[in-house]
Parts: sequence; C-alpha cells; structure tokens
Amino acid sequence: MNTMDFRKDFALFRSSNAPVYFDNSATTQRPDCVIEAVADFYRNSNANPLRGLYDLALKATEKYEDARKTVASFIGAKNPSQIVFTRNTTESLNLVSESISSAVKIGEGDDIVVTVSEHHSNLLPWQRLAKRTGAKLVFMEPDMTGLISDEEIRSKITERTKLVAAAHVSNVWGRVNPIEKIIKRAHSFGAVAVIDGAQAVAHMKVDVSSLDCDLYAFSGHKMLAPMGIGVLYGKAELLERMEPFMLGGEMIEYVTREDATYAEVPHKFEAGTVNAGGAAGLARACAYISDTGFDFIRTQETELTSYLIGKMNSIRGIELYGSKDPDEHNGIISFNIKDCHPHDVASILNEDGICVRAGHHCAQPLMQFMGIGSCVRASVYAYNTLEEADRFVKCLKNVRKVLGY
Amino acid sequence: MELKDLYREIVNDHNINPVHKYEMDMPDIVLRGVNPSCGDDINLMVKIKDGIITEASYMGCGCAISQASVDMMLDNVTGLTKEEALARADIFLGMIEGKIIDDKELEVLDDAMYLKEISHMPARVKCAVLGWRTLKKILSEDIPG
Repeated sequence: MNTMDFRKDFALFRSSNAPVYFDNSATTQRPDCVIEAVADFYRNSNANPLRGLYDLALKATEKYEDARKTVASFIGAKNPSQIVFTRNTTESLNLVSESISSAVKIGEGDDIVVTVSEHHSNLLPWQRLAKRTGAKLVFMEPDMTGLISDEEIRSKITERTKLVAAAHVSNVWGRVNPIEKIIKRAHSFGAVAVIDGAQAVAHMKVDVSSLDCDLYAFSGHKMLAPMGIGVLYGKAELLERMEPFMLGGEMIEYVTREDATYAEVPHKFEAGTVNAGGAAGLARACAYISDTGFDFIRTQETELTSYLIGKMNSIRGIELYGSKDPDEHNGIISFNIKDCHPHDVASILNEDGICVRAGHHCAQPLMQFMGIGSCVRASVYAYNTLEEADRFVKCLKNVRKVLGY
Repeated sequence: MELKDLYREIVNDHNINPVHKYEMDMPDIVLRGVNPSCGDDINLMVKIKDGIITEASYMGCGCAISQASVDMMLDNVTGLTKEEALARADIFLGMIEGKIIDDKELEVLDDAMYLKEISHMPARVKCAVLGWRTLKKILSEDIPG
C-alpha cells in the first residue's frame, strides 16, 4: 500500500483541481467502497429492518446486524449487542447523560469529572447533568502541551467521583489522553468512565475491552463512513441498567395503554427506523481501515505531521500548540499566526484551495485555558501527501504579508 | 476582486491603522456586538447630539474584515443624523446580501463599498455586517438626543 493507491479510492482526490483537504478532524472523505456499500443497501436490501416478516426485510435486518458485528470486532467489543447505533458521538454522549441516572446514583456531594479540553459535546451534557443532580463538575487540566499528569488524575478523581468523561484524543491538541490511567482511577472508586473516541478510531487500533472503559462513543463520518451514523459501545451490565433515551417504535417488548416493557439491549436504545444504510457504510469503512492497516495509516500521518511541524516552525510569527513530538498529534496541528485572526488565515488559505478549520473548535473552555480566542487547525489523514503539505506551507508563509504585516 | 486584493487595497489599512478604535470618554450609548461562532466581539460607542452622530468609536477584537468594516462604517456615519445612518446601514446590508449591485447607489458608502465582494464570500458575510448590525440596533432604539 502506498499513499497514491490509497488516494485513488477517494473521488475528491481524483479530480484534477482537488483542494488540499486538511480538515479531516471535522470529517474525513469517504472511499468509493463505502459510498457503494450505502448504495448497495438501498438498491438491493432496502426494507424496514427489524420489522417485516418477509425475505427482503429479513435481508435488511441481516445487513444491519452484520454491520453491528463488524463494528464490534473493529473496536474489540466482546459482544455485538454492546454496540448501539446512534447518529454520531454527540448523540451517543447525550444518550449516556440522559440515561445514566437510572443506572448510577448521582447527587449532591458527588463529582462528575471531565477534562478542560473536551469538545462541547462531551462537556455540555455533563454540565446539565451536574445542574440537575446537584453534583459538582470538576475539571482535570493538562499542561500547555496537552498532557494530563498522574497527579492531576489522582487529585481530581476521588471517592466523591461518580462519573468521569474524557476524550481519547483531544480535537485541538491531537494528544492521546492517559485514558487507561483515568479509567483505572475511576474504577477504583466505583465511578463510570465515559470515553469520547471521535478523534481516535480512524487513527489507532482501539480495543474497548482491554481499555476497560464503561462507555465509548464515536462517529462514523470521522472514520471514512457516512454522516449520520455513530456508535455507543457500553459494558453489557451497564447498558442493561440504563433506561432508554428515546421511546417509540421497535424498542419495546410489550405495550399496553398505560405501560410498556422495553426490548433487549441494544435495540431498546434504537427507537424508530434505524439508519441501516449508514450502518452498512460504517461496517464497510471498518473493513476498509482494517485492510489498509493502522501501521500504514500511522506511518503516513506521523511522516506528514513531522514534515509539517518542521516546515511550519520556520514561519515568522507562528505559534504551534500541543506536543513537540509529531507522534503525539494524531494528524492534528493547531496554531496561530501573530496578528492574524484565524478566520482571515483560513480565508486566505481557501483562496489557494486549502481547507482548514478556524475558530474555537467547539472547545471554548480550552481556548480560555490556552489564553486564546480561537486558532487554526490543520488535520491530515493518511491520504494526504507531502506535496499538499508544501502547498499549505507555501501559502501559510504568505499570510502575514497578505494581511499587511 | 480576489480576497487577497481586497485585504491589500482596503481592509489591511483600516484593520492595522484604525481611526476610530479608541475608548470614548462619556459615550451616550455603548452596545456590544458578537459573532459567537467566530469570536468577533466589538463594543460600539457613540455620542448623539440633536439627533446627529457627533462621535463614534469602537473597541474589540476579531478578524481583519470585521474590524476594518467597523472602522469604515464609523468613518461613513459620523456627522449623519440617526435616520441617515440607518439608511446607510440598509444600503450596506443590501450590498452584502447582493440586492444592491449598482456602484452609483453604493458610492455613498465610501471605502465600505469595496466590501461588495464579500457578497460572494458567504463564509465572511457575518464578519462584514457585524458592525452595521450593531449600529442599526443602537439607532433603532428610542434614545433621547
């Protein structure tokens, strides 16, 4: 496998005037086989899954449940029933925050612990849960390279802690959080550990069983799969105890006028007609990533990140955030250029066909912690090339001049 | 006009050497305008005497387009009556929405008319209109003077 072979699978990169797509942390591109898998479901297996008694509906159900098996094996879940399909990471995390109280008693005097670098989707649900229950929201703070120390974990996760929520990889620093230590510490006090894996699953082999996390959330669209399909993994006994988040069709066992009993896990969390086409696409993406291999993906990303960091460091007035070690970035490089607002930088890069993200990256408390209003984020994936990196750096060098400095 | 030329020819000067960026002594009205998604954040300060804007300034931070646009706006509306300034705001907003395209009609905006190109840059529209939106809010309120 080489990058050029890999790139050929993506329609965007086959076009002659393809942009430099460096916004992979926001969403990746999708290979033909994933788009084809979605189309194939709707062309050849389309009926409402889990309902009909006829062959076509059974085929649809089979596709959907096969996707669950593929995803389970992709992240090392012991049983496919531990995979709940959702829309995305945000929905998965909201599901947990809305349902967890039925399984874990949280109240006054208890702590909910998060990190200050969380994406808003792994912060706002816990803010609300804390307000509703009277629990206190406690923040673990990293150093200025994004690293959370052992001491920070020890001092913030205590016997008061009932739930800990942390990103596997920060969407701004790109750094892997010490989630094994966080999970272990949480468990030592009987607290539940929720991991936001949105920025991890496309970049490294994730094994939820060996991580021993209680819940793990991620999105399909950040790992080459369609938008609108996401996953919540959970430990079986916890999912059993959690009440459903949404009520409606196909999540019930028996319904009377006054009452209902719910279906088994995972179906009790999947009310309404499911996104079976998306699930088929996600399963194909898992297989595609497995075939490509994390060794290849990681090597490419690290080479690109290392090259970019080296070149970017020579640009006048630039400040790069996070670790000095390219391997600690997972393809994410956040930065600012002195005197230049990130939106101006992104607009100028756009003029040269370069796609980056600029703003607060849905992590305003982190921006405040870093003492900045916003920043620019370039995020690469294994299909990006050194030539693209050169185009990016060349344009970046010119930004201060364009803005009159 | 390309974005880079727009910066070079008009935006950079107002952004780097703004005339109206200062803290005003005893303003009659102060109003904050924010683009939450971009972090553009300004405080407009105006003095109004006999219905006329006698002095206008701003403080704040944000992208070059948002800041330069405010400076150009304040150049443009100082000395106008509230009604005249409101009419200018409508012309500017009409220009950015792509509804007013005749340069003759836009000439009254002075430098601000060069931001016409922003109407083709949807991602930057809210940067350009932040100041004018905030000014409109100030002037639409029933304020004595």
